[in-house]
Amino acid sequence: MFMSNIRNAFKNGKAFIPFITCGDPDLETTAKIVRKMVVSGADIIELGIPFSDPTAEGPVIQEANIRALSSGVSTDKIFDMVRDLRQDVKAPMIFMTYANVVFGYGTEKFIKTASEIGMDGIILPDVPFEEKNEFAPVCRKYGLDFISLIAPTSQNRIEMIAKEAEGFVYCVSSLGVTGTRSNITTDIESMVKLVRKANPDIPCAIGFGISTVEQARKMAQYSDGIIVGSAIVRIIGQYGKTAVSHVSDYVIEMKKSANS
Amino acid sequence: MEHKKGRFGEHGGQYIPETLMNAVIELEKAYNCYKDDTSFKKELAELLNNYAGRPSRLYFAKKMTQDLGGAKVYLKREDLNHTGSHKINNVLGQALLAKKMGKTRLIAETGAGQHGVATATAAALMGMECVVFMGKEDTERQALNLYRMRLLGAEVIPVTTGTATLKDAVSEAMREWTKRIDDTHYCLGSVMGPHPFPTIVRDFQSVISKEIKEQLMEMEGRLPDVVIACVGGGSNAIGAFYNFIEDSSVKLIGCEAAGRGIDTLETAATINTGRLGIFHGMKSYFCQDQYGQIAPVYSISAGLDYPGIGPEHAWLNDIGRGEYVAITDDEAVNAFEYLSRTEGIIPAIESAHAVAHAIKIAPRMTKDKIIVINISGRGDKDCASIARYRGEDVYE
Repeated sequence: MFMSNIRNAFKNGKAFIPFITCGDPDLETTAKIVRKMVVSGADIIELGIPFSDPTAEGPVIQEANIRALSSGVSTDKIFDMVRDLRQDVKAPMIFMTYANVVFGYGTEKFIKTASEIGMDGIILPDVPFEEKNEFAPVCRKYGLDFISLIAPTSQNRIEMIAKEAEGFVYCVSSLGVTGTRSNITTDIESMVKLVRKANPDIPCAIGFGISTVEQARKMAQYSDGIIVGSAIVRIIGQYGKTAVSHVSDYVIEMKKSANS
Repeated sequence: MEHKKGRFGEHGGQYIPETLMNAVIELEKAYNCYKDDTSFKKELAELLNNYAGRPSRLYFAKKMTQDLGGAKVYLKREDLNHTGSHKINNVLGQALLAKKMGKTRLIAETGAGQHGVATATAAALMGMECVVFMGKEDTERQALNLYRMRLLGAEVIPVTTGTATLKDAVSEAMREWTKRIDDTHYCLGSVMGPHPFPTIVRDFQSVISKEIKEQLMEMEGRLPDVVIACVGGGSNAIGAFYNFIEDSSVKLIGCEAAGRGIDTLETAATINTGRLGIFHGMKSYFCQDQYGQIAPVYSISAGLDYPGIGPEHAWLNDIGRGEYVAITDDEAVNAFEYLSRTEGIIPAIESAHAVAHAIKIAPRMTKDKIIVINISGRGDKDCASIARYRGEDVYE
C-alpha cells in the first residue's frame, strides 16, 4: 500500500508536530524557524497561511495572523518560501488555513501549486466531513492528504470521519478555539480508540491546548503524536526575529517529553 | 424550486469546525420537529401577536406618494414591533426553539444593536441567560443599544478583533459557541451562517411578506409591483421577499450599503463588489481580495456593515429573481431625513437605504403601480450619529 510522507513521519516514535503562522514576524524568520525545528526533532511541520478572520483560533494565533498579514505576506509569497525550503527540508509539511484562502485563490490552482512545491497535506478547520468534497477530490488528484479533524463533540461521527481519513486524524482535545489550557479534561483515550476501531492504520495526533511537557507526555501516551501551536506562536510573538533558538529549545524538550 | 439540502443553488452549506457539527445537526432536527408542530406554532403566534405587536401595519404613505408623483408607496412598519425592528420575529422563534431543546443560554452577535436588543429581550422574557457580542466600533456608534441590552439583563462583550464591527462579532459568537455548546444556543440574527440558520431565520421572518400579501390584498385587491428592502446579511429582505418569490410579477429589490461608493474601498455592497467565497459557515458572495482575505468593509449603517450576504439572496441574484442595488451613505442619510419630514416616520438608517431607492424609482413609475418598502426598524438609535454626520455635535 502507498504510504504518504505524512504517515511515514509517525514511524520515528511519537510524532511532534509544531504549528507556526507563515510571515510572523516575516517569511525569512519563518523559514529559519522551520529549518531549525526539523533539526530539533519536529516530525511534520504545520504551516499556517494567515487569514483575516480565523474563526477557529484563540487570541494568540489570531494576533499572529494580524502580525503576518500586516507584514505583507501573501499566499504567493508563502509558496515561494516553501519552494525554497524544499531544496533542503525533507520533513513533511502541511498547510493549515481556512477554506476561503484556498477557494479564493482558486481551489485547483492552489492545490496544484501546493503539490508542485512539495507540500504533503492540508488542514482546513472550517471544512467538516459534509463539505470536504469541495476540496478532498482535488487534493487526491494532486497527491495531497486532506487531513480530517475530530472533536470532543464528534461522538457518533468519529467512525464515518476516521474511515475516510488521510494522512493522520487531527484529534481536537478540547471544546473551543486554539490556545493553551491548564487542564485537558476530554476523554481523549476513548476518542482515539473509536478512531482506531474504524481505521486501525491511521495515525492519531492530538492538538489544541497542549503547551507543557507534562501534557506532551500524557497526550502522547494516548496517541501517535502531538500538535502544538499557540505555545510556539507565543514564543515567536515574544521574541520576534530572535525567536529561532527559543523555539528550537522548546521543540527539543517537547519531542523528548512526548517520547518519555 | 428544489435545492440540495442546506443549499440555495451553489450557495449555503455548512463550513464550520467539526466541534459545531453535532450542534447544527441537533438544531436542524429540533427545527424540523417543531416547525409544523401545532402547539409550537400556537405558542409562537401568541408571542408574536401579544408580545411583539404583530401584525405590523402596512401604511399607505400618501404624502410621500404625492411628493414623488409616481407609484403608490406603502410602508411595512416593522419599526413598530416591540424592540423597534423586525429582529424580534426571528428571535422569539429561535428562543422558543432553544427552550424546547433544553438550552438555558442564548448568545448572539449584533451590529446596530437591534438583534442584540431583541435577543436580550427574549432572554429576559423566557428566563434565559444572554451574552451579546458587539464590535467595539459599534458599541460606540450605538451606545444607547448597548445600555438597553444591559438593562435587559444581558452581558455585552465588546469585540476588539479585526475591524471591530459586525463580522468580528459573528466570528466571536461562533468561537464562543464552540467553547460552550451543551446549554447554549447561538441565536444567529440574519439569514446567514451554516445550514440550518439561513432557512430557520428566513422562515421566522417570512411572516413579513405573508402579512404584506394579505394586507395589500385587502387594501388594493392585488399584489405589489415592487418590494424593496435593505440588505446586510438579508433577514428583513428575505422576510419581505419570501412569499412573493413565486409571484413573478413582483419585482424584488435589495438595497446594499455602498458606503462612500462602490468605486471606493469604503463600501459594504457585497453583490455589487464581492465575489464567490466561503466564510462564516456558508458559500456566498463576499467582499475579499485576490487571496481570499475578507475585506474590511464600511457603511454608515452598523447593521449593513457586513462583507457577506445570505446564501438565498446570492441565489436570487444568480437566477435574476432579485435585483440588488447599492445605496451610498449620502443617499441613505437624505432618505432618513426625507421620510422623517414627509411622513413623520424616522426609519433606521439601514431601512433608509430602501427608502432611498424608492425615492429614485417611484417618480419613474406610473400612478397605478405599487411599491412596498420594508421599514425594518426605527431610527431613534441613529439620531445622534446622523446628526454628527451632518456636522452637529450631538452625543447620547
